[in-house]
Amino acid sequence: MDASELISTVTTIRPGISQREKCNRPSVVIESVNLLDIMWSLQSREDLGFDMLLSHTAVDWIDEGWFELVYLLYSTKHGHYLMVSTFIPRESPVIATVSPIWKIAEWQEREVYDMFGVLYEDHPDLRRIFLDDDWEGFPLRKDYKDDFMLERPE
Amino acid sequence: MNISVSSLERRINHGICGEGPIATEEYFINMGPQHPSTHGVLRLLLKLDGETVREVIPVLGYIHRGIEKMGEKAGYRQFVHLSDRIDYLSSLMNNWAVSMVIEKAANIELNDRIQTVRTILAELQRIQSHQLWWGVLGMDLGAFTPFLYGFRDREKLSDVLEKTIGARLTMNYIQPGGLMFDIDSDFVKDVKLFMDYFKPKLAEYETLVSENIIIKERLRGIGVLDAKSAVSLGTTGPVLRASGVMYDLRKSEPYGMYAKTAFEVPVGQSGDSLDRYLVRIVEMRQSLRIVEQLIDNIPDGKYFVMKPAVKIKPPEGAYYSHVETARGILGVFMVSDGKGSKPYRIHLRTPNFNNLWAVTAIAPGWRIADLVAIVSSLDLVVPDIDR
Amino acid sequence: MSNVWQAKSMVQRASEALTVSPLEALMYLVISLVLSLVFVALLGLGLVYLERKIAAHFQCRLGPMRVGWHGILQTLADGLKLLLKEDHIPAGADRFLHIVAPVLCMLGTLLAIAVLPLSPVVQVADLSIGVLYIAAVSGFGVLGILLGGWSSNNKWSLLGAMRAGAQIISYELSATLALLVVVVFSGTMRLSAIVESQAAGWWIWRAHGIGLVAFVIFLIASTAEINRTPFDLAEGESELTGGFHTEYSGMRWAVFFLSEFINMFIISAMAATLFLGGWMPLHIGAGQNVFNSVMDMVPTWVWFAGKSGFIIFLLMWFRWTFPRLRVDQLMRLEWKFLLPIGFVNLFAAAAAVLTGFYFFPGG
Repeated sequence: MDASELISTVTTIRPGISQREKCNRPSVVIESVNLLDIMWSLQSREDLGFDMLLSHTAVDWIDEGWFELVYLLYSTKHGHYLMVSTFIPRESPVIATVSPIWKIAEWQEREVYDMFGVLYEDHPDLRRIFLDDDWEGFPLRKDYKDDFMLERPE
Repeated sequence: MNISVSSLERRINHGICGEGPIATEEYFINMGPQHPSTHGVLRLLLKLDGETVREVIPVLGYIHRGIEKMGEKAGYRQFVHLSDRIDYLSSLMNNWAVSMVIEKAANIELNDRIQTVRTILAELQRIQSHQLWWGVLGMDLGAFTPFLYGFRDREKLSDVLEKTIGARLTMNYIQPGGLMFDIDSDFVKDVKLFMDYFKPKLAEYETLVSENIIIKERLRGIGVLDAKSAVSLGTTGPVLRASGVMYDLRKSEPYGMYAKTAFEVPVGQSGDSLDRYLVRIVEMRQSLRIVEQLIDNIPDGKYFVMKPAVKIKPPEGAYYSHVETARGILGVFMVSDGKGSKPYRIHLRTPNFNNLWAVTAIAPGWRIADLVAIVSSLDLVVPDIDR
Repeated sequence: MSNVWQAKSMVQRASEALTVSPLEALMYLVISLVLSLVFVALLGLGLVYLERKIAAHFQCRLGPMRVGWHGILQTLADGLKLLLKEDHIPAGADRFLHIVAPVLCMLGTLLAIAVLPLSPVVQVADLSIGVLYIAAVSGFGVLGILLGGWSSNNKWSLLGAMRAGAQIISYELSATLALLVVVVFSGTMRLSAIVESQAAGWWIWRAHGIGLVAFVIFLIASTAEINRTPFDLAEGESELTGGFHTEYSGMRWAVFFLSEFINMFIISAMAATLFLGGWMPLHIGAGQNVFNSVMDMVPTWVWFAGKSGFIIFLLMWFRWTFPRLRVDQLMRLEWKFLLPIGFVNLFAAAAAVLTGFYFFPGG
C-alpha cells in the first residue's frame, strides 16, 4: 500500500488515531490506553500485516512533560512501513507491553526501560539491559546528571 | 496489570527452577566477556545439562558507551564520527545511514558521482566484513588456517581503501552532503587489481572450507531458525534471508546506485547455520558483481555538494532512514527540534542488537560446540549491540 | 665383555655387565636415564620449533625469524620465559592433584620412550611385550588429563577433561586393534623383532591391503589419542579457552605442552616401527644389488628419523588443515566406523597368517 492509502486505512481502525505531521514516513499517533488493541489489529489484519517490529524507542519531550514512544513496523508481505507514536506522561510512565505480539519487543522494551525508565505492564523480564541492576537514574532523560558527565565547552 | 522490575539474580533462579523442581544435573556456566569465541565482550550465561545447552541468557553492557546520548551533544556533522564505532566492520555503511537521514531531513540533493562512489565503497566494505567473518568462523570451528587466508586477502582490500580514505577500520569518509574528500586517482585501478586477485581466492575459500565435510557436518541442520520466528525476532540481513524471507533494502527500497545495477540476493531455504554461511559467501560474489558494473563508470562531478563548514539545520520533525549493512538493517531515527545544529534525539536501530536474541530461541537443545557455531554464523559485532 | 657390545639394549647391557661388576651396570642405567631425558628435552625443543615453522608456512607467513638464525633459538627463549613465570594454583583447587597431574602426563610419555628402537643398537629396554607395554603406559596420560581438569576447580576445565577421558579411552581400542594386526603378522610383540621381521618388506605393503588399512586406522586413532586437531576438543581453544590446562601456567603448563609433543613423536615412532620398517632400509628384491647397497649406505638412525619425521609432518599437516569434530561426531566415528573396521581387519589378518597368503612372491 502506498503512504496515503496506508494512513487512511490505519486511521479507520479505531477512533482517536491521527496522522503525525512532520515525519518522512507514514506515521500515526495513538492513545496509550488503546496501544495493545491497535497493535494486535495492525499485526493480524490481512491488508496491513505488520509482522515485524523493526524498532522501538522513546523521545523525552521534557518541556511538555511527555515521553513519546515510537514503534516502527514493517510488513514482509506488503513491504510497507508504519511509524506509530504514543505519548505517556513523564511523571508516571506506564504502558502495556507488546511482547506477546512481536518477540523482539521484550528486549527493545528493556532498552527503553533502562534508558528512560518507562515501565511496561506484564513484561516477562523487566530489568536493565546495558547498565548494572543497581544503577540509579535513567541516562537518556534530558534531566539526567551523574558524576561522570562532562559538559562540552560551547 | 503487573509491573515488577526484575534482576539478573532473579532471572537466573527462574532459569534454574523454571520448569518444575530443581534438576540437580543442570548447572550454569559463564561464557564470559573474555572468551575466544564470543567476538567481543559478550557475556552468555549458559544453563547446561552435561554438554547440552538448555538456556542462553545474554548479559550486555560491557561496551555500552552512550553513543545516543553523545549524539545529542555532538552536532549532526560530528555524529558521523560516532557512527563508525558501532559496527566497525561496516563503518562506511554506518556513515551512509547517518548521512542519508540528515540529507533527507535537510533536503540535500546529491549528484551521481557521490552516489556511485558511496555504492562502490559500501559493497567493498561488505566484502571486507564477510572476509573477516569467514576467517573467524573457520577459527571458531577449529580450522586455524582460514583465519589467516581471510586476513591476507582483507589486507589487500584494506590497502586499497586506505589509499583513498586514510583509515583501515573506522573509515569516517561519507558525510552528509557527500564525501570527506575526493577519491584517489589510483582508486579505480587498485579496485580492479583487487577484484582480479580476489575472484580466484573466493573459489579457493569454497574448496578449503565450504566443501570440507567436517565443516558441513558441524553446520548443517544446526540452529534452525524458521521464517516466522526470524520475523518475529526482528532479525534482518543474512540471518533473515537464510531463513527464507526475502527482505533486502537494496532491492526493496533502492538507495545509492543499487536501482541501476543488476545483482541477485541469495535466499536460503532451511535457516540452519550452513544456509547462513552460504548466503554470505554468495553475497561476496554478488558484491564483486556490483562493483564491476560501477567501477568503470564513475561520473564526474563534485564530491561535496554544499559549501564547506555550513551548519546543517534540518526542519522540525521525526525522520527515519536505513541502509543494508553487512549484518542487517541499520536504521537511524532522528528527531530534530528545528532550533539548533544538534539532534534532539537520535536512535540507532542496530542489526546486531536485533539478531542477538535469535540465539535464545535457536540454541537450546544443542551442544556447546554447536552454540559456538551458531553464534559464529549469526555474525555478531558486540559494540553494535551495546552502542 | 664382548657380550655387552653385542647387546641390543641398554638394559641388556646392564644385565650383562652385572655379572662382571654392579657398578658398571649402574653406570649403564644412569647413562641411559640421562641420555633419555636429554633426548626428550632436545626433541621437545626441535618439535615445537618445527611445528611453528610448518604452521607458519601453511598460513602464508614466516614464523619465528628473529631469535637466532631463522628463529632456531625461539623455543629456548620460550622455555626460559616459562621457567620464570609465576606458578599459581587456583583458590579452591585440589593442591596435590593439581601438582601431580602434569607429572603423570610426562610419566606416561617418558615410560613409552624407553622401548622405542631408534637403531639396531640404540634402545633403552627391549621388552618381550613391547607393544602391550606401550598400550598400557599411555593410560597415564589419560589420568593426568582427567586429574588436571578436575582439580582446577573450573567448570570449563572439567568439561575439557571429561571430553578427553571419553575420547582417549574410546580411541585406545582402535589403536590397539591396529597394532595387533602387525603383532599377528610378525608373530612377536618385541619391538626389535618386529623391525627385524620387516627386512623383506615393510608391513604397510607386505601385508597387502590389511596392513594399509591398519596403518590408516592407527594414524586416525592415534591423532585422537594425543588430542590433536581434528580431535582436539579436550583443549578446544575456541570453545573452552584451554580445556583441561586452562588453570596451569609456567613450567607446569609447559610439561603438559611438552608431553603432547613427545606423544606425537612416540606415535610417529610407533607407526614407523610397526608399519614402515623402523630403522630398516628400503630393500627391493632379496639379493644384493645396486639399489639395496645404496639404501644400506644411509645410516639406520637416519632411516628411523626420516620415517618418524614424515609421520610427524603428516600430523602437523592435519592440524593446520582440518577443523575440529564435535564430541558426538567423534564418538560416532570411533564406535560405528573405526572399531568394526578394525575388528574385520584383525580377523582378515589372522586368516591371512593361517593360510599363508600374505607374502610377496619371492619374499
